[in-house]
Amino acid sequence: MLAWLADHPLAAAVLALVALGLVFGAVLGYAAERFRTEGNPVVEQINAILPQTQCGQCGYPGCRPYAEAIAGGSAEINQCPPGGEAGIQALADLLDVEAKPLDAAHGEEAPVKAVAFIHEDDCIGCTKCIQACPVDAILGAAKQMHTVIGSECTGCDLCVEPCPVDCIEMIPQAETLKTWHWPLPDPAAGRVEIIATDRLQDRAA
Amino acid sequence: MSLLRITSPHAHGPLSTTRVMQTVLLATLPGVAALVWFFGPGVLVNIAVTSFFAIAFEAAVLKLRGRPVLRTLDDHSAVVTATLLAIALPPYAPWWLLAVGAAASILLAKQLYGGLGYNPFNPAMVGYVVLLISFPVQMSTWAAPRGLAAEVPGLVDALQACFIPASFDGATMATPLDILRQNSDQSLAALYAGTPQLGAWGGVGWQWVSLGFLAGGLWMLYRGIFTWHAPVAMLAALAALAALFYDGGGPGSGGSPLFHLLSGATMFGAFFIVTDPVSSAVSTRGRLIYGALIGVLIYLIRTRGNYPDAVAFAVLIMNFAAPFIDYYTQPRSYGHARGDRP
Amino acid sequence: MRRVHTFHGGIHPPEHKAQSLQAPIQPAGIPPQLVLPLAQHIGAPAQPVVRAGQAVRGGELLAEADGFVSVPVHAPTSGTVSAIEERPVPHPSGLSAPCIVIDTDGADTWLPPAPLAAAERADQTRLRECIQGAGIAGMGGAGFPTAVKLSPGPGKAIDTLIINGTECEPYITADDSLMRERAGDIVAGTRILAELLAPRDILIGVEDNKPEAIAALQAAADSTMEVVVFPTKYPSGGEKQLIEILLGKQVPSGGIPADIGVVCQNVGTAVAVHEAVARGRPLVSRVTTVTGEAVTRPGNYEVLLGTPMGWLLEQAGVDPDRARRLIMGGPMMGFSIPAPECPVVKTTNCLLVPTEAELPTPPPAQACIRCGLCAEACPATLLPQQLYWFARGKEYDKLEGHNLFDCIECGACSYVCPSHIPLVQYYRASKAEIIARRREAEKADHARERFEARQARMERLAAEREAKRAERKKAAEAKARAKARAAATEGAETVDGAQAAADEDPIQAAIERAKARKAALAAGDAGEPADRVAKLTANVDAIAKRLAAAREKLESYDGGEAPVAEALKRGVEKTADKLAKAEAELREAREGVSEEA
Repeated sequence: MLAWLADHPLAAAVLALVALGLVFGAVLGYAAERFRTEGNPVVEQINAILPQTQCGQCGYPGCRPYAEAIAGGSAEINQCPPGGEAGIQALADLLDVEAKPLDAAHGEEAPVKAVAFIHEDDCIGCTKCIQACPVDAILGAAKQMHTVIGSECTGCDLCVEPCPVDCIEMIPQAETLKTWHWPLPDPAAGRVEIIATDRLQDRAA
Repeated sequence: MSLLRITSPHAHGPLSTTRVMQTVLLATLPGVAALVWFFGPGVLVNIAVTSFFAIAFEAAVLKLRGRPVLRTLDDHSAVVTATLLAIALPPYAPWWLLAVGAAASILLAKQLYGGLGYNPFNPAMVGYVVLLISFPVQMSTWAAPRGLAAEVPGLVDALQACFIPASFDGATMATPLDILRQNSDQSLAALYAGTPQLGAWGGVGWQWVSLGFLAGGLWMLYRGIFTWHAPVAMLAALAALAALFYDGGGPGSGGSPLFHLLSGATMFGAFFIVTDPVSSAVSTRGRLIYGALIGVLIYLIRTRGNYPDAVAFAVLIMNFAAPFIDYYTQPRSYGHARGDRP
Repeated sequence: MRRVHTFHGGIHPPEHKAQSLQAPIQPAGIPPQLVLPLAQHIGAPAQPVVRAGQAVRGGELLAEADGFVSVPVHAPTSGTVSAIEERPVPHPSGLSAPCIVIDTDGADTWLPPAPLAAAERADQTRLRECIQGAGIAGMGGAGFPTAVKLSPGPGKAIDTLIINGTECEPYITADDSLMRERAGDIVAGTRILAELLAPRDILIGVEDNKPEAIAALQAAADSTMEVVVFPTKYPSGGEKQLIEILLGKQVPSGGIPADIGVVCQNVGTAVAVHEAVARGRPLVSRVTTVTGEAVTRPGNYEVLLGTPMGWLLEQAGVDPDRARRLIMGGPMMGFSIPAPECPVVKTTNCLLVPTEAELPTPPPAQACIRCGLCAEACPATLLPQQLYWFARGKEYDKLEGHNLFDCIECGACSYVCPSHIPLVQYYRASKAEIIARRREAEKADHARERFEARQARMERLAAEREAKRAERKKAAEAKARAKARAAATEGAETVDGAQAAADEDPIQAAIERAKARKAALAAGDAGEPADRVAKLTANVDAIAKRLAAAREKLESYDGGEAPVAEALKRGVEKTADKLAKAEAELREAREGVSEEA
């Protein structure tokens, strides 16, 4: 056999290539089985970046459908106003594409997070807002006053539109001692410098 | 009461970047004085002209980049770079050589990377190497030192040499490092006897210039401008290699440790170039490694390479390696087990 | 003599301690008004138990602890609770928080003190309750409830109790003067702490720049405790640094000292514990250093908690023209107070009022020159300069990877930075941002779960509806079939073929049902329309009532908010519409009835 191979270099080369192909094919095939990934992890990763506001401003009924659309290539990464520029940047990093500015057609990034609040005196108990809430953050029953569970509200404002008596208001969340923190210094301006007493007077005025 | 709102800490130490740079400038004085004494006032003209160009280039780029010009110039870093470059260049260099050097330092090595603090390479050494490669003739024209030359040029000669083309007619001489590198058949004793430039230790004039820079460096060390690690490691590595390959002073000898320490740019490099914080390694251990490897490279290039002095090349090569050294010399943080590196 | 260790880095800023040590501790007096924040500690804010207008005596409980990690607030003197409202509190933000405001009466009448009896003291639970009940939270600056630290939990044996008398920050001498003048109380308080923790060693750590304090402590200490003196270096008073100095051990990252069998307490806390247990006096005052060059009578003052800082500064003679900042705490870790009406709280160890020349406004930051001085100064052996670059680039993963959260914000790096970069502010902002992001991510996860649960529920409901409809359809078919079969038995001979068709065709069955109903109506079922009229009448009445109520509400509403008024108006209009419709229907039905009649 070896002598025959030595006599027929062309056949030997072909045989060697075929053998290599078989070996590598087997290794790859084994690896594909051994390290198989379940589902479509890209959708999961995209969904993990999305803010889960479920507001539908992107044009899809919730964050997961939007994530699926991005993964499927049918949606742009700049359609999520609650995620804002940071969210777009994270998506761009994940998908290795160019970050784009937020598409204004889908809304603008809110500077402060808001939470829905039901003016309970006006609520007529129609349950329309309950049906609209994507995260079941509104409590109530037919002909009973409803109320928003503030800690569960994502601020999507989907409940505001359906209310027949317009008793739902989006209230921006005020800064508290727990949420306040020093801002990142502006390297161009040097150290943050506010004359505090003047600032207090401004606020009082 | 009008009260400021500022984050802690409210107290600040006495050191400032401007102060550091000023200290470095002051520390060059003994070495510069020795240069002036032995080689005439050419180095002063060098410093003045190079500084002028450096400031002009820096201001222009800052303006173009939309940065605060005066506030940034106030850190004195351009003057420091220009001074270090000017000291490294041969005295009585023509003005255009200085301008090209300043341009390479400030524009190419510093501002192109984002200005002070962002440059991966030592700007003065980049300027020096650009000139050395581009204008080898001008770069190897060193004036003869006092004691060997008939007379040392005066200030008028120096200005003429700088601004009037090809007007320098002072005596020039090979530097001690050149002499040693070109030697292949004489024993060191014979070489020293036959060449007056070699003087006693590191070359006539050169040894005193080196001692001047050593004095300036020690003063900076005392002032806490830098830590001892990098310069000491560099000098120790260089001296150790020189001792190892001294070979009894025969024809194949690379020169004595003392010769290597006191000739060429060794001391200047150790205390003014290797200590440049921006382009060196940061951690203590890292600086030891960084300095020692520079010392090794200097010896290798001096004895095996093609160029007479090696500090610039050695420093630039190690600038490449600095981030790598930093990565592997990260200290163990409080409360962490050894070796859990980010 | 115990071998002392050292920690990496550290700095030696000018001490400036002599100016506030010229006189002994003096009482600051009773200000006309006290403002007591409900949260002077780390943990849940206390819950008020008094009403506005209520008279209180000194030592009376004003607000009770809300849970385990919380401490109560007591009245520092007698007076009247004038309000419970939001007031500016000592916090760098300058924001307000709920406070109890007391107008003092100057009489300073007190509840009779109730020290723990010896028998009660033997009961550890009772002793801990007493310490928590006295409102004691760490007096060194952090304000962590002391009782929590004294309950290390099962399985965590404490072998070393460290009393922290380091006071490494420049300017502050509150602990120093306490150690000089009340060394006996410190030792007594330490004994109580030791009763609870049963440590093997009790160490009192003091820097060597306080010789008088060391002498006083050594004179007062008993044989169970050891006063350990070590070289002065900032920040050796940091809990983790002090543990390393005294024991040569490091607290694991993310852990607490109890993990390595150590509990640290401040000397001020020890005094407060002694006061509470042996004298029955809750924590209502503290020693505060008032110093800085803008203060004419710097010194240590025994200050009632809640005393407005501005009032205290007046007592110490502050020159408002020269004062540039008001710092609570020292120059290294203290924060600037935006408003002098903020009160002194349990953690106010120092009020520093420097002049501009003394602590100049920092110049704009210059470029980082990678000098590495910050890394040399960092007591946590971090790489401040790397953290700075990552913080500027908002690379939060890398920041965490480089142990940002091991930073104790001591300020040594900023102090030595030649480029005046506000490094600590970068770290603070980044830490807060990372924590906010974590919270945000948790919230997003939570929202996603709720969204998915809702989605699943909607699908399930839809499926159930679908199933029900299918069932109804099946039932209808079965019924039709049964009917057809019945019909077939009645007249099998005549409509055999039609029956076969009806058996299979539900439409046919429906048509037949409709026919049957029409026939029944034609037969004259007069009862139904009459019922309808009655029902509609009731409906109209109800709507009319609702309309009246809505109108009344609209009229009585005179609040300024336009959208509310508009909503009410729309409601009235809608109800009116409904009423008109219902009336029309009723009319029709009535006509139908009369026609039939």
